Amino acid sequence: MDCIRIASGQGFWGDLLTAPVDQLTKGPIDYLVMDYLAEVTMSILQKQKKKDPALGYARDLIPLMEQILPLLSARNVKVVTNAGGVNPLACRDAIFDVARRIGISPLKIGVVRGDDILGQLEELALAGVLLDNMETGDKLATVIDRVSSANVYFGAAPIAEALARGADIVITGRTTDTGLTLAPMIHEFGWRSDEWDKLAAGTVAGHVLECGGQASGGNFAADWRAVPDLAHIGFPIAEASPDGSVVITKHKGTGGLVSQQTIKEQLLYEIGDPTTYITPDCIADFTTIRLADDGPDRVRLSGIKGRPATDSYKVSMSYLDGYTAHATLTYAWPDAVEKAEAADRILRTRLADLGLRFDEIRTELLGVNSCHGPLAPRPDIVGEVVLRIGVRGREKGAVERFGKEIAPLILTGPPGVTGFAGGRPKPSEVVAYWPALIPKSALRPNVIMEEQ
Amino acid sequence: MKVLLLRIAHARSGDKGDTANVGVIARREEYYPFLRTELTAERVKAHFAGIVEGPVERFELPNLWALNFLLHDALGGGGTLSLKNDAQGKTLSSAMLRMEVDIPPTIILPDEGHV
Repeated sequence: MDCIRIASGQGFWGDLLTAPVDQLTKGPIDYLVMDYLAEVTMSILQKQKKKDPALGYARDLIPLMEQILPLLSARNVKVVTNAGGVNPLACRDAIFDVARRIGISPLKIGVVRGDDILGQLEELALAGVLLDNMETGDKLATVIDRVSSANVYFGAAPIAEALARGADIVITGRTTDTGLTLAPMIHEFGWRSDEWDKLAAGTVAGHVLECGGQASGGNFAADWRAVPDLAHIGFPIAEASPDGSVVITKHKGTGGLVSQQTIKEQLLYEIGDPTTYITPDCIADFTTIRLADDGPDRVRLSGIKGRPATDSYKVSMSYLDGYTAHATLTYAWPDAVEKAEAADRILRTRLADLGLRFDEIRTELLGVNSCHGPLAPRPDIVGEVVLRIGVRGREKGAVERFGKEIAPLILTGPPGVTGFAGGRPKPSEVVAYWPALIPKSALRPNVIMEEQ
Repeated sequence: MKVLLLRIAHARSGDKGDTANVGVIARREEYYPFLRTELTAERVKAHFAGIVEGPVERFELPNLWALNFLLHDALGGGGTLSLKNDAQGKTLSSAMLRMEVDIPPTIILPDEGHV
């Protein structure tokens, strides 16, 4: 195999629904990779699974599969996705149901399991795996009764195993975003697990692809006006070669832009120390990446160096940590800012008079300072401003009561106010994040193959 | 000559818990040395007074003409804990580009990057 084309179809759950179809129909690809999971998503999915044991995965995938399954088999394109969430087997079965209904057969689906350790926390603790918070050092025991999800980030290896065993589609739970893109390279090129430079190259390609259109002209700060036809943006495609060099491009005729600047912005997105980008597969050094133009909307990445992987996996846990609610009111000229600030003072006085306790009350003026805070110059005259107030607290009752203090401001506060159409703000649960490390020896990913 | 950082650099930001990262990229290779000298961690920390409560770390990526900053305790707790409209720090990149940098008057500025 000389070169394979790996296409990004979704950068997050909620991304452009037409993107995977465009990737399949507007040009040649070999793999379609789709990322659906954010940290908070796992907790939401656990909640859904608790209510209905057949749920707990990214349900958007199923109607999409109905649309693309015929295309996948006609064009011999394989899919790798973490849409399995906390219930990858149910996700697989839902895809099999669709396949049966529309007459796609044979279809082989590989499922990567073993990342969901929510039911094993006590057992792991007894075995000496403590899962202390890797940022604060706090003991898991302080929150263990409130933990709502616990997942290990697996890497590319189990996905590559599923591909080697003939999977047309690979469904995973929590997997590194980069592993989704790296796995097809390992499988197609036969890279060994100690070829660190190549694994790092595939990891960097995965980092470029993992946010979809953000690498191909979306959210492009250098010169956003210069990006053509964002309405029809082409999502990024990695053309990977066996030697570890990669060209990032997009289908001809699509909108958007692939340039060294769009790639640089994405390479810097959500990274820490650039010399030490840690995944379960390797450590990639982003300071070794060389970029070169390779024709219109084509950028070549080469020279990437890697180092041996660490002996632990990252664990992402979530736990419930109180409640928040938000309210917004819109104040019109004249004196819009002053009136919004007066309303905020009135509200805070009433909350204090009621004796309500919150961990935090935050007031922002949308249109004035909610993005840049004190760095934004205070405008002399604005046509209108949105007052946004949020509260967070341990007591659900207090947060609920806050919601009942907003509408009264309309008739008992400063004049010229509107925009309270949504009813009383309701408390929502705070899902706090608990990062930890677990020795790789403490658990094994498990690949299950099924053909229909 | 003082110019807005926006004139000579572009940026992208994101979140990891309560820490935001801001990647700042020189628009041309010849601007990169000024990013290195002007954007010290101390100056960036002072720029973000009232927004960033914790320390600021700086990393260099000369291959991309870029610096990466980690802004600790910058997102009001981060994730769903944060009460901020911009809980993920997506707009801290443009907040960074409000900085003023001192560059020699002989430096030719690019066409893009105007407010």
